[in-house]
Amino acid sequence: MTTLTMAGALNAALRDALTEDEKVVVFGEDVGTLGGVFRVTDGLMRDFGDDRCFDTPLAESGIVGFAIGMAMSGYKPVVEMQFDAFAYPAFEQIVSHVAKLRNRTRGSLTAPMVIRIPFAGGIGGVEHHCDSSEAYYAHTPGLKVVAPSTVADAYSLMREAIADPDPVIFLEPKRLYFSKDDIELTKNEPIGTAVVRRPGTDVTVLAYGPTVSVALQAAEFAAEDGRSVEVVDLRLLSPFDDATVAASVRKTGRCVVVQEAQSFAGVGAEIAARVQERCFHHLHAPVLRVGGLDIPYPAPKLEHFHLPSADRVLDAIERLQWNDTPDLSTAVSV
Amino acid sequence: MTTVETNAAASYQRFMPADHPVQYLAPDGTDVESAARYARTSDDRLLEMYRSMVHGRRFDQQATALTKQGRLAVYPSARGQEACQIAAALCLGPQDWMFPTYRDSMALAARGVNQVELLGMLAGYWHCGYDPKQYHVAPQCTPLATQLLHATGFAYAEAKQGRDTVALAFCGDGATSEGDFHEALNFAAVFRAPVIFLVQNNGFAISVPLARQSAAPSLAHKGVGYGIGSEQVDGNDPIAMMSVMDEAVNYVRAERGPVIVEAHTYRMDAHTNADDATRYRKADEVEGWLARDPLSRLDAYLGGAGLLTDELRTEITVSADADAAELRAGMNVEQSVDPEDLFRFVYSTPTPALLDQREQIAAEIAAGELS
Repeated sequence: MTTLTMAGALNAALRDALTEDEKVVVFGEDVGTLGGVFRVTDGLMRDFGDDRCFDTPLAESGIVGFAIGMAMSGYKPVVEMQFDAFAYPAFEQIVSHVAKLRNRTRGSLTAPMVIRIPFAGGIGGVEHHCDSSEAYYAHTPGLKVVAPSTVADAYSLMREAIADPDPVIFLEPKRLYFSKDDIELTKNEPIGTAVVRRPGTDVTVLAYGPTVSVALQAAEFAAEDGRSVEVVDLRLLSPFDDATVAASVRKTGRCVVVQEAQSFAGVGAEIAARVQERCFHHLHAPVLRVGGLDIPYPAPKLEHFHLPSADRVLDAIERLQWNDTPDLSTAVSV
Repeated sequence: MTTVETNAAASYQRFMPADHPVQYLAPDGTDVESAARYARTSDDRLLEMYRSMVHGRRFDQQATALTKQGRLAVYPSARGQEACQIAAALCLGPQDWMFPTYRDSMALAARGVNQVELLGMLAGYWHCGYDPKQYHVAPQCTPLATQLLHATGFAYAEAKQGRDTVALAFCGDGATSEGDFHEALNFAAVFRAPVIFLVQNNGFAISVPLARQSAAPSLAHKGVGYGIGSEQVDGNDPIAMMSVMDEAVNYVRAERGPVIVEAHTYRMDAHTNADDATRYRKADEVEGWLARDPLSRLDAYLGGAGLLTDELRTEITVSADADAAELRAGMNVEQSVDPEDLFRFVYSTPTPALLDQREQIAAEIAAGELS
């Protein structure tokens, strides 16, 4: 057991990957001498040399495009985008080349890499530092999209992401960087499944990254009202783990999806659709979403209006038609 | 002046391109009196280049014809750019890699890429068409300038592994306006990546002329600000193209650093068959460039020097026609496509969702709804 922050766990994962595989390289802006603005790459250049961990010119498209070339030559780049909205200049490289190289060349060339993006808000950051951009990446075939919510998962998922033969967008919830936990540094293989964080029988709350703790808090409150809430941490948004989610919703018959991103055309909308397709006959109520407002990420003094809270999740749970439940005992399983 | 300033000035001079494009041959094929800075390529290589240029033009004509016959969705002609493209192909060693655009098919054919595979993208069979690893040719890139970064990262990584690989990245004048062009030059300079950026300045980005792309003295000058060796060359002069490209390869291999070469040339045909070039350029401009045809220029030179006889000319023409006939025949065979391929190359292993969709397609095929 080791006590680590999420940033420390990510650092340990990078360190272990650099040690195990000489083809792993870490680069981006400020990742070297400074150790990253969130210190995720702290000490890596010192300990592994500037051949393995290095600073680049300040150019996100350049960082990702350069990584593609290195991957084509046999390296496994792990690159940092520093802040979510800073990744947009690299968007063309990510969607047109990182995601598609395997497809375009029928597997002759691939671009396995990890693109680390500190994402989402709740840290009082100024504009362009708090976007939830996961839907853009999850919408892109060829990419895997991962968002840890615990210190242990941050370590494990990073190790899995680096080992993965496909490119991975690794979304690091900024507000959890300095959350602490006692963890075992273990790597699970491969990236693949959602996990039940809290078992329950009355309603399933689906969350990922920064909203998992919100969902767990709401579950605590709901328990006081006699509602048994099951919280599922999705962990990966693409490919989506339909099996774990459907099993939970079929058991509870109710579902709320929580995301920090703006709701319209977001990942939560996709999840709600998938749940209704797979679990319709088990549902006692429509799937509800609790998301951010459909606005650009607000200024720090206003962000508490935008961010989904445990109260909002609780409100959604209460709206799930508890007093008017139809008899579904004869419903057909799908 | 301090020593530091002197050195800086000296380095700066080294990066400056010549005031005028390097030229060895006048449009009529006669030698140009000039103090050329580069070792002139040998007559043997010029003959090889001539052969390859004739094949390249024939390939281009055939591909254009295949478009008119509906065999290709579209074809971006490179007629007039033979000297640029063939020099690019012939200056590389087998271990080197090309990072081409959609207009560099002649270079790829000269590199040895199977012609039918080369047109697989435009014929609609699959996105790349050939195996990049087999030919050391990355997929032809459609978004402009993006591949320059791939070439840079690749060249850097190859050098890092002790491999003697040069990456040659192609782009056009329009691509020099894209951010990735500038990021690639900067990364290549900072990381000393052995990469050649060959800009084929053919005067137009579809319909937009050079004057709307750049106000710089030349596109080669853009290397100066990045600390990259730079040169501009008459792209319709086969001797100049080959001499400069040979030197560029030697420099990049020896110095482990990048260069940018701007080739001044002209696209004699429209952007693609879907384009109407008469809307944006005048007939006399085209005619002026036709008179600077790189192929007839080399033909005149080699003929004048007694190196190219009518007999040899005929032999090369017959050989190019045979290649074109083979391409035509190859393109007339309808290739089979496998719907499984839709799902095979998205991820290393198809995801559960893709497996479901694969079953759906299989069921539709089984039901006769798709074929």
